Amino acid sequence: MSIAIFKYAAPMNFYGLAGRLIPWFAWSSGILTAIGLYLAFFVAPTDFQQGEAYRVIFLHVPAAWMSMFIYMVMAFWSAVGLAWNTRLSFMMSRALAPTGAVFAFLSLWTGALWGKPMWGAWWVWDARLTSSLILFFLYVGIMSLWSAIDDPRRGDKAGALLTLIGAINVPIIYFSVKWWNTLHQGSTINMTKAPSMAAIMLAGMLVMVFAAWFYAIAASLVRVRGIILERERQTEWVAEILEGKA
Amino acid sequence: MPDTAAVLTVHDLACARGERTLFSDMNFQLCQGELLLVQGGNGRGKTSLLRLLTGLSHPLAGEIRWRGEALADNREQYHREMAYLGHLNGIKDELTPVENLRLAAELSRIPLSEQEAERALSDIGLARCLDLPARVLSFGQRRRVALASLVTAGALLWILDEPLTGLDIHGVALIEGLLRDHVSRGGMVVMTTHQALSLDGVRIVPLQVGPVLTKIEEEIECCAS
Amino acid sequence: MLRFLIAVIRRDLRLAARRKGDWMTSQFFFVMVVSMFPLGIGPDPVMLSKVAGGVLWVAALLASLLSLSRLFADDHHDGSLEQMLLSPNPTVLLALGKALAHWLIYGIPLLLIAPVLGVQFSLPADAIGVLMLSLLIGTPVLSLLGSVGAALTLGLRGGGVLLTLLILPLYVPALIFGAGAVDATLSGLGAEANLSLLAAFMVMTLLVSPWVAAAALKVSIE
Repeated sequence: MSIAIFKYAAPMNFYGLAGRLIPWFAWSSGILTAIGLYLAFFVAPTDFQQGEAYRVIFLHVPAAWMSMFIYMVMAFWSAVGLAWNTRLSFMMSRALAPTGAVFAFLSLWTGALWGKPMWGAWWVWDARLTSSLILFFLYVGIMSLWSAIDDPRRGDKAGALLTLIGAINVPIIYFSVKWWNTLHQGSTINMTKAPSMAAIMLAGMLVMVFAAWFYAIAASLVRVRGIILERERQTEWVAEILEGKA
Repeated sequence: MPDTAAVLTVHDLACARGERTLFSDMNFQLCQGELLLVQGGNGRGKTSLLRLLTGLSHPLAGEIRWRGEALADNREQYHREMAYLGHLNGIKDELTPVENLRLAAELSRIPLSEQEAERALSDIGLARCLDLPARVLSFGQRRRVALASLVTAGALLWILDEPLTGLDIHGVALIEGLLRDHVSRGGMVVMTTHQALSLDGVRIVPLQVGPVLTKIEEEIECCAS
Repeated sequence: MLRFLIAVIRRDLRLAARRKGDWMTSQFFFVMVVSMFPLGIGPDPVMLSKVAGGVLWVAALLASLLSLSRLFADDHHDGSLEQMLLSPNPTVLLALGKALAHWLIYGIPLLLIAPVLGVQFSLPADAIGVLMLSLLIGTPVLSLLGSVGAALTLGLRGGGVLLTLLILPLYVPALIFGAGAVDATLSGLGAEANLSLLAAFMVMTLLVSPWVAAAALKVSIE
């Protein structure tokens, strides 16, 4: 087992493994999305309080979860990379960031779509939405740091340090935003207190969560393959691959 | 007394900038009373090698040892015994030369009185500029302040990257004198220079970074990369 | 150890004293940003006293970022940062010393100007006291977290703007607790809870950020 892990820590071996895994995750994600959307729009009953508009939570909740979860995974890879100086961990972190940012943005967007019928406003400074917004800002910060640094080694480490200090800060930010929200008593309706959820709604939600999860894995594997090719383009094995394609 | 045991040793050192490998499998050692003259054309990695030796940057592979211990394990002691002068002088424009010297000493935790600082600066030909802010000094004069700071640091190993830039003939002669004194007292020097130095009686160890190329080969390689 | 820390702080204080122009710029920036708000939102004293805490705090964040972008950049430019990294001392003390010096030079004055601006915003006396206290506890956070950003963006194109993007989200807790303390005083809730949370956040950044800033400096200088 441990031998296998070390083997795949080398970018060359991981490139191949990732290539074999991508179709599986991509297809599972596609199928699960189809099932999930079917459940969400055709099977799940209309909510007696919120009407049809509530159906956006089938997108909103998975997106919000994934945006947080991906940040934690990035922090994990950053810590591993800084501790053992493994290049692949930094590449994974870089590959995950855009997906995380997309999910954070999606959760903001769907939150706004939900907010309009619920609160009569596209945006309310609800604790959840506000923390999603700040999480989105964190993603933007990390990605702009990467893009400003030309040297890949420096960029890797600088981005990892920023991700980590952000990760330490994220729980405090969440807490402070919640604190701020109760202090100012803004919205009285709270997203966490969703009316008791029917089993079928929960099922649809879970399916969508897994779909999002597999999508995130597939997308970041595709991206990490690109990063590996770019970083290792002076090596022989990449030259062989590129010639084979040409 | 010069000691014949190697104090600074370098094993299989490799260095890359971006994706380009500048050099690899570099090995050398340096004893007390020796001057290592690093040679090589532009862009061959002389400055990169010097920065590796200071511990500011880390090698792609290989190891640098000081008194038998790896730099990473022994950083503070190494930095107590090493002084570096790079392309930048590391002096603050707002402060006078004396203040600059005393500040550098304070940060390195070396006692340095005002008189000692003034003497070091006078020795290097800056007696008239002691109370002027470094901002108004000329390029060469500032270089001299940095050199005075190097002398007062009292380090065993000097790492000098092009120390002659910006200096006039007297300045060059002054450096030659400094180097001779330092080495004859058992000091060690690692330096690069594009100018000829007359260092009679100094044990010079040449080190070539990158391949030795003829002029035509160099041009071809430049175009290729 | 302590001697090196003090040496770094004294060095920066002396340099700042020789370059008062830079120091004044930052303070005037703070005053001007704050003074723009009544012009933008109207002179109603009730409304102004309501927003005063938030406005002063946001202006303090921006003012500190303005000066932070040069925290390491000047020393990097003339090579003295390299020399300090090569001194036989732990880098973490260098990072801590620079951040503390920044706080003394740029943080403390904000705190002293704040009461004047508070009066302009019709803040009652007790709220002004809390505002000063919140700035006293909170501005070290700005310098400490900011030193991480300054080290990460050292020598990059557009470093100043980038620093803002990186660090502003991390400032959120300080802003919320700091401005919240003033608000809580105004509404009669008492500022203790906000101030103690702010103090806890400050202690945490004090413990964590010098290490991260030191690591970032090493990465950036390489």
